[in-house]
Amino acid sequence: MQNHFDVIVIGAGAAGLTAGIYLSRAKVNTLILNEGAIGGQMVLTHEIANYPGVESISGYELARIMKSQAQKFGCTIKSNLKITNMNLQGDIKEITVNNKDIYTSNAVIIATGGKSRTIGATGEDLFKGKGISYCATCDGDFFQDKEIIVVGGGNSALEEAVSLTKYASKVTIVHQFDHFQAFEYYVDEAKKNPKINFIMESKIIEFLGEDKLTRVKIQHQQTGDITELDIDGVFIFIGYVPNTEKLEGIVELNDWKEIVVDKNLATNIPGVFAAGDSIAKRYRQVTTAVSDGTIAALNAAEYIINSPYAKKYSID
Amino acid sequence: MLRTNLTHVLSEQEHSKLLQENDNVMICCGRMGPMCIPVYESMEELEGEYKNVKFADMEFDIPDSRVIRNLPECRSFQGLPFVVYYKNGNVVKATSSIQSKEQITEILDEHFGKN
Repeated sequence: MQNHFDVIVIGAGAAGLTAGIYLSRAKVNTLILNEGAIGGQMVLTHEIANYPGVESISGYELARIMKSQAQKFGCTIKSNLKITNMNLQGDIKEITVNNKDIYTSNAVIIATGGKSRTIGATGEDLFKGKGISYCATCDGDFFQDKEIIVVGGGNSALEEAVSLTKYASKVTIVHQFDHFQAFEYYVDEAKKNPKINFIMESKIIEFLGEDKLTRVKIQHQQTGDITELDIDGVFIFIGYVPNTEKLEGIVELNDWKEIVVDKNLATNIPGVFAAGDSIAKRYRQVTTAVSDGTIAALNAAEYIINSPYAKKYSID
Repeated sequence: MLRTNLTHVLSEQEHSKLLQENDNVMICCGRMGPMCIPVYESMEELEGEYKNVKFADMEFDIPDSRVIRNLPECRSFQGLPFVVYYKNGNVVKATSSIQSKEQITEILDEHFGKN
């Protein structure tokens, strides 16, 4: 059958690439289809210092190595495409790309990952790259001696707020709750930094400016009071949302739109597995994505051995 | 030098030469960072499709990148990469921060078409 593979992996982040490495090494004919850039969320990390066996590496470099490993074992990778249709029921799974190319397989691993959550306030799209940023290491130096806001209350927000004080004259952390979700260490570091102050229980509801961001409207969550603040930049770190919009009505998702899986990372559809940041789980790290990718690959391989199109594979 | 497979623009002179020799030019001025890498990847993939467009990159942190950084069209930019599209030597579009392949394709189709 043309364009037929044993397994199709959707997504080329840490989980998808790991699945590609394991399956291809076991001579399972594998295709990775990827909508974004290779590496997923991993490439958004400037330095990874807690990946076992590697003291320090950029997310880009780690992704590049994983991709090369997968390809070396014979995995086919197609990236920057658009998945326009998925039929995952039945023994043969069918995925349409760019409304024209159809790929089929005996099993599918969904590893679509996540993306940065946006605030959704008026003006957010308009001022992206013109005062609004989602990457401190990329854009921090545009705000030398400027006053900025960091939105969020988790580890990333607090850590990046401290790091941005290298450039900014003043950093205001705006958080919707009266307490932080970040580890105590990050909160302490932020609280003792003289350049950082806090606006709690508040949300940005509008971004304002002409050709770039100059002002925000902030609403207090308890009183409803709205204040305006002159500002040069806003960095947003409010977590991630799973990339599962296209899977609604296809596989079972929970209330947070995460894919529901069992301990074998199998979804509710036979032959469809899921791995990485798009599944329902607590910890989202490169290491946990790699683990998921491995488990999903091994279970997908076992599944196809028992499928009507069985071949002999060896997974070590 | 940026680690991409694109044509690298290393100086103001090379920038001028590129614009003189090509009608349609897209230059991504950035670093090897998370917002820039996906744009380079998209450009590398689109290079084969848009034979009528010259795709190039330029390192943001070299002094000669002022030819991009100081463009009036980039005056309000505060997010990497700065991407500039030239037609017959004139800027027809400029974007700041990450763009998807779809967004880039839309701009290429609008300003350059596909040969």
